Amino acid sequence: MVKKAVPFIALAALLVFPLVVKSDYYQHLMILVLMWVVIGSAWNLIAGYTGQVSFGDAAFFGTGAYTAGLLVTKLGWSAWWGLFFGGITAVLIAMPFGWICFRLRGAYFALATLALNEIMRHIATIWEKLTYGMLGILIVQTFASKLPYYYISLALAVISLITVRLVMRSKYGYYFLSIREDQDAAESMGINTHHYKMISLVIAAALTGVAGALYMNYMGFIDPHVVFSLHDISIMAILVGIVGGVGTQYGPAVGAFIMVAVQELFRTGGYGLISKLAKASGSETIISLSEFITKAHVMGFGILVVVAILFLPNGVVGDWNKITRLVLQKKIKGG
Amino acid sequence: MDLFLQALVSGLLRGGLYALVGIGMTLIMGVMKIINLAHGQLMMVSMYITFVCFTSLGIDPYVSLLICMPVLFLIGVIIQKYLLNPLIRVETILPENQVLMTVGIGMVLTETMRFIFTSDYKSVKTSYSNATFFLGNISFSVPLVIDLGFVTLLTWVLFWFLNKTDTGKSIRATAQDKDAAILMGVNSEKITYITFGIGSALVAAAGALLIPIYYLFPDIGGEFTRRAFVICILGGLGSTVGAIFGGITLGLAEAFGATYVAMEFEDVIGLVIFILVLLFLPGGFRRLIKI
Amino acid sequence: MSLLKLDRAVKNFGGLAAVNNVSFEVHKGEIVGLIGPNGAGKTTLFNVINGFYSPSKGDVFFDGKKISGMKPHILCRMGMARTFQIVKPLKRLSALHNVIASAFVRANTRARAEEIAVEALKFTNLYDDRDVLSKALPIGKRKRLEIARALATQPALLLLDESFAGLNPSELNESIEIIRKIKEKGITILIIEHHMKVIMSISDRIVVLNYGEKIAEGTPHEIGSNPLVVEAYLGEAQDA
Repeated sequence: MVKKAVPFIALAALLVFPLVVKSDYYQHLMILVLMWVVIGSAWNLIAGYTGQVSFGDAAFFGTGAYTAGLLVTKLGWSAWWGLFFGGITAVLIAMPFGWICFRLRGAYFALATLALNEIMRHIATIWEKLTYGMLGILIVQTFASKLPYYYISLALAVISLITVRLVMRSKYGYYFLSIREDQDAAESMGINTHHYKMISLVIAAALTGVAGALYMNYMGFIDPHVVFSLHDISIMAILVGIVGGVGTQYGPAVGAFIMVAVQELFRTGGYGLISKLAKASGSETIISLSEFITKAHVMGFGILVVVAILFLPNGVVGDWNKITRLVLQKKIKGG
Repeated sequence: MDLFLQALVSGLLRGGLYALVGIGMTLIMGVMKIINLAHGQLMMVSMYITFVCFTSLGIDPYVSLLICMPVLFLIGVIIQKYLLNPLIRVETILPENQVLMTVGIGMVLTETMRFIFTSDYKSVKTSYSNATFFLGNISFSVPLVIDLGFVTLLTWVLFWFLNKTDTGKSIRATAQDKDAAILMGVNSEKITYITFGIGSALVAAAGALLIPIYYLFPDIGGEFTRRAFVICILGGLGSTVGAIFGGITLGLAEAFGATYVAMEFEDVIGLVIFILVLLFLPGGFRRLIKI
Repeated sequence: MSLLKLDRAVKNFGGLAAVNNVSFEVHKGEIVGLIGPNGAGKTTLFNVINGFYSPSKGDVFFDGKKISGMKPHILCRMGMARTFQIVKPLKRLSALHNVIASAFVRANTRARAEEIAVEALKFTNLYDDRDVLSKALPIGKRKRLEIARALATQPALLLLDESFAGLNPSELNESIEIIRKIKEKGITILIIEHHMKVIMSISDRIVVLNYGEKIAEGTPHEIGSNPLVVEAYLGEAQDA
């Protein structure tokens, strides 16, 4: 009973959050968390549930973001149309890619997604006539307040969680899991594995593309290195999935929260604590440490990948029992 | 005609070094059945070691082979023993977690080097870095020719090791049939980390040999991981002889590409070749010959 | 009326013929046994029949239609199901979910799929284990889970690949009983089996493969007294 109520309590808390916490900074972070819930759920669908690991989510994210941006600069439409068309263009990239590359299995498919990620970034950089190359795209944001962005992000996050839930309870869910567990068995059970992998990828790409369009609307600026970033988007998406819990319904939501907090921890140098400490103590080692941490978020991600796979392979949600057991044991020992 | 011959020669020479990069990766792939996406990063680390040896201690890159190969062997053993082998015992839904682990390792290695050496381009300028000799109108880079000698030597030593020593035979047996090898009394865990060590040492050698004629910055690792992978696939996954062919093919392709195709699209072309090879030549050249 | 017909089917692997010029028919309602020494090409033949491989030469007909080169999932829809010699359970799904996933081929709703699945589980005496993760089932039950999953696709032809290997005597009797019940339902069966006593007792006819070629075909009685067959098996015994 309690477990079932958790998502609703969380949703209620999220609904009132911006009314209680007025700080722009925390609202900004929560918007990012909600955006990552969308991307993480999408990654989880294709990788966690269907077993086709994507190392290149940024390809779809960036496509969505660029669609939204180009709608403004090329057609003079509102960037909000990007929420619709961004999903569609991401699907248009995903379909031929999946059609060709789903004959690859396992790690080889993952590598192909990695290459897609890089190819898309190079295209966005080189094709200056369309994308303005390294200059990027700058648009005027619609709202000055964070509130509208917050609630739009919340709506998208809820929609993506519900989408994944509905899909996974239907025939499609059974088919995705069958493909993950054993492709040959799935094939002989009458499942057109290529077709259903495509469906899973298309849903994931659409959601990721929408998240990209949301990013364009909210941040107002994109360039190839931001939205097609291997580390900050593709690896981050994997981390959101793993840290939260691969193949669990709410894992990506938990993962998004943790990972945005971690990202911010690096960006701000331990939430500014270390730099304050450095100023207070005047110690050179602490000053250089604080500088190092603000620069080292990619290294942090690398370490996190290693640590998460070694010790939390099923994420906070998947390994919840293991975590509670560890904590309890310590308490018993301590007591 | 000279242009063509020149491209052919530089391609072949560079291909020899690529072969060394590919052999290390393919060895790891053959025994552990994993794709080591930190392979180029290991090479990059070796290049920095050689760089430090040269600039701070004045050790010639060829001599520093004796330093960077053992060091990278050790790093390889540690990675396999403490980071990759434990994953076999981990119960997880996550597919491809070993490959993902190597991605994480690659990131850590790259960023560690960036922290120490910054992102600036470095190079090792030896007295012979730009030395060339001519046969007719074709120029031969002296360091690349010397490198080819080292590559031949190392490859020969490797083949001798794999064919004549007990450890080498165990490695080949494990690559062919792991379960059978274990039944025959092969300590498969030990074999895995020795193999990863050897693979790392080989790519370390490639790095040290390459640095006198190349440049160096932390992100170079990713480039070489991609190359190593293309070489392996071209040569047929897990085939050491194939990796030599794969390396030379890639060397030639790059040399001709640089001569006849625009440089601007080099990266994109590389990636497209990557996907095409992945799709159409998953068995490598071996498959082309067989069927 | 033949349900399955092989017409000079050949499967080559790089010049080596794993299945060579094999022709035979399986009639509706029959149980046909497929036997032969190790490496005779039995499982390869199954893979050719159910579409994992397309034949290098020759043809396969199912229910009068040419099916050479068709994908397994299409053949499954057409009414051909199989089990695997090395069982392939969907490891992290419960027995029930394994079979539901399979039943969706014949069901439009989840409720209907579950109905079919429960029926198949009861049929194979696995209903009590329905909530056990399939990786936790003992091998005997996993073999039966394969059969349940195949039955849930409501096949006309069932290909069984060594469903009796590794079973203890009581499980063996249980499985033989299940095969008989499947036949009573009117499902045609082609079965690979090493267990001679079992295959002789349940088969209507037997096809014998050796080195990829068909060396004999006939009733169990005929096969038992066929000198070629005896030689193939004794030859193997001597080699070993």
